[in-house]
Amino acid sequence: MNITSSIRIALRALRVNKLRSSLTMLGIIIGVAAVIVMISIGGGAQARVEEQIKSLGSNLIIVLPGSVTSGGVRMGAGSRSSLTEDDAHAIQREIAEVQAAAPALRGTGHVVAGNNNWSTVFYGVNLEYFEARNWVIASGRGFEPAEITGSGKVLLLGETVARNLFGDSDAIGQTVRVRKVPMQVVGVLERKGQSLQGQDQDDVILMPISTARNRVLGGNLAKVRSVGSISIKVREGANLTEAESEIRSLLRQRHRLQQRGQDDDFTLRNLAEVLSAQEESSRIMTLLLAAVASVSLLVGGIGIMNIMLVSVTERTREIGLRMAVGARGHDILTQFLVEAITLAVIGGLLGVVLGMGGSYAISELAGWRVQLRPESIAIAVGFAAGIGIFFGFYPARKASRLLPIEALRYE
Amino acid sequence: MPTTGPLIVTRDLAKVYQLDGYQVQALRGVSIAIDAGEFVAVMGPSGSGKSTFMNLLGCLDSPSAGEYFLAGEPVSRLTGDALAATRNRRIGFVFQNFNLLPRTSARENIELPLLYCGIAAAERRQRALQRLADVGLADRADHHPAQLSGGQQQRVAIARALVNDPLLILADEPTGALDTHTSCEVMALLQQLNRNGMTVVLVTHEHDIARFARRIVSFRDGRVVEDHRVEHPSDAAAMAAQMQDEAAA
Repeated sequence: MNITSSIRIALRALRVNKLRSSLTMLGIIIGVAAVIVMISIGGGAQARVEEQIKSLGSNLIIVLPGSVTSGGVRMGAGSRSSLTEDDAHAIQREIAEVQAAAPALRGTGHVVAGNNNWSTVFYGVNLEYFEARNWVIASGRGFEPAEITGSGKVLLLGETVARNLFGDSDAIGQTVRVRKVPMQVVGVLERKGQSLQGQDQDDVILMPISTARNRVLGGNLAKVRSVGSISIKVREGANLTEAESEIRSLLRQRHRLQQRGQDDDFTLRNLAEVLSAQEESSRIMTLLLAAVASVSLLVGGIGIMNIMLVSVTERTREIGLRMAVGARGHDILTQFLVEAITLAVIGGLLGVVLGMGGSYAISELAGWRVQLRPESIAIAVGFAAGIGIFFGFYPARKASRLLPIEALRYE
Repeated sequence: MPTTGPLIVTRDLAKVYQLDGYQVQALRGVSIAIDAGEFVAVMGPSGSGKSTFMNLLGCLDSPSAGEYFLAGEPVSRLTGDALAATRNRRIGFVFQNFNLLPRTSARENIELPLLYCGIAAAERRQRALQRLADVGLADRADHHPAQLSGGQQQRVAIARALVNDPLLILADEPTGALDTHTSCEVMALLQQLNRNGMTVVLVTHEHDIARFARRIVSFRDGRVVEDHRVEHPSDAAAMAAQMQDEAAA
C-alpha cells in the first residue's frame, strides 16, 4: 500500500470524528503556537542584542583615564587626565592588531538652533573615531582633515538631536550653537538606536577634537592634550585579550609606571565580554521559553496517543477485516501511524499559523520586538510530526499485533 | 494452478485453545480433501468445531497440529505476512454481518483487497466497478453501506471477495442476517459463481441453506461425522423467483 492511499485513508478516518479530531489537534495547535510565539519573542530579544553588538562593535576596547585620589576620596574612572592624543597615535602605530585608535573628548552642554534648544552630549573626535565606533553619515558629509586639525566650526548631529532641533526640516547647513559657540551642521549621523543600558546612542553631537578643546571646552585641557577616552577597534579575527595586554603594557611604558607596585593610571574596558554575556543570556532565555512551551506540545502528544488508543479499540473489527482481506501487520501499523502523524502535522501547521498571528499581535500590542526564522517554523512542524510518530507508535503497534480472528469477532 | 491434486487437503488438522489454564480441543484431527469447483456446506451445531475449521481454511488462524495444503502449498507452515498474502490473493471471505467499512462507498469497499497487493488506483477502480456490475449493483458504486439493503450489502461483500480472483470463496453463515427471500438471492449468486467454476465453502447451521450445496460435511465435537454428496441441490434462483411470484400474487 503506498503512502498516498495511506494518507487518504487517514484523512477519511479523521473526518469521521470531526469534533474528536479537532480537539485532539487543538492540543498540538496550542503547543506549536506556544513554541512559535516563545521562539519569536526570544528571537527578537536576541536580534536586538546582535544589532547592538553591531552598532557598538564587538571588537571595541575603550581606554579611560584612571581615577584621582583626593584626600582618600577616589573620584572614579576618568577623573584623571592621564591619557593623551599621543597615546592614541602610539597605540595606532605600534600595535599590529589595532585597526583604529581614536581619541575623544566628551562634554555635555546646552545647544540652541533657532527657537529650539536641547541638552546633549558632544564628543570631540578625529576621523578614526568614525571607524572605531561604527558611525556612518546618513546625510551630508563627514569632517575634512583640515577641520579636524584646524578647529573647524562644523558638527554632525545624532538623529535624536537633529529631530529635536529641526524636526522634519533639513538640518544640513543650519547653524547650531553649542555652549554659545555657533557651528554649522554638515551632516546627520545614521541611527544606532538604544544601547544595551537603554541609553539613546543617537542623542549625541560630534565635532572635530580640536574644536571641542579650543572653542567649546577651553580651560587647561588645551595645554596638556589630554583626552577623555580612546576608542580602539581591533582588527577582525585578532585576539582581543592579546591586544588588550599589549595596549596595557604600551600605556604603562609610555606613562613610565614601575613594573611592580604602581597601578595602572588608566582603565581598559572591553565590550565584547558584556555583549557576549548578554547574547548568551538572551539565548538561554529563548531556550527556556521554548522548553516551557514544549511541555504543552508534550501534553498535546499524549492527547494524540489517548485518542489513537480509543480509535484502535473502536475500530478493532475494521482492523480484523483489513487483515482478513490481506493487510499485513505493517500495513495496519502504517495506517494508524500515518493517522497520528497526519493529526500532528495538520495541528502543527495550524499551530504555526496561530503562533505567527500571536507573535504579530504581541509585537503590535505590547510593542515587543519579535523575530521568527523560517528554520524555527520547520523545526516546530518537524517536532510536531515527531510527536505524532512517538505517541502514535504504541497504539499503531497495538493495532498491528491484533490477531485477525479475534479482531473480527470483537464486540 | 500449481498442482493437479485437490484444491484443499487437510491431514489430521487439530486446534487446541488455552482458556484460563485449561485446554479446549476445538478440532481433533480433521482430514478432508476438496476439489477445485466444488460447493461444500460445512454443518454442525455450535461448538462442533466448524467455525474453527473455517478459520483454519481461511488462514485466519494456525493449527496446533496437522497439515493444510491449499493448491499444493503447505500453508499451515506459513506465518504472519505470508499468511496475509495468502488471504489476500487466494481466499475471498464472505461474513454473516457483511463486514463492510462504514462511511465508505461500495466501490471503495470492493477495492480494499487490491489496496494490499499494490495495484494502482485506476486499475483498482476499474476492477471494482467490474465486480460490482457482476453482482448486479453497477448503479450503487457510490452508495455507502448504510444506504444499501442487507442483500445488497452482502452482494457488495461477495464482489469484494471476488475482486482479487481467489481460488476459493469462504462464506461464514452468509445468510444469517438475511430474510428467506434475500437469502435465496445471495445463495443463487454463490451457485452461479460455482457453476462458473469457483470453489465455494459455506458454513451454515441451517439445513435449507446447506441443501444449495453439492456436498455436505457435518462436524460434531471437533470431528467430521458425515460427508456426503447432495444428489439434487436446490436451485436458489428458481426458489427466489417463485417467492417473488407468490409475494406478487
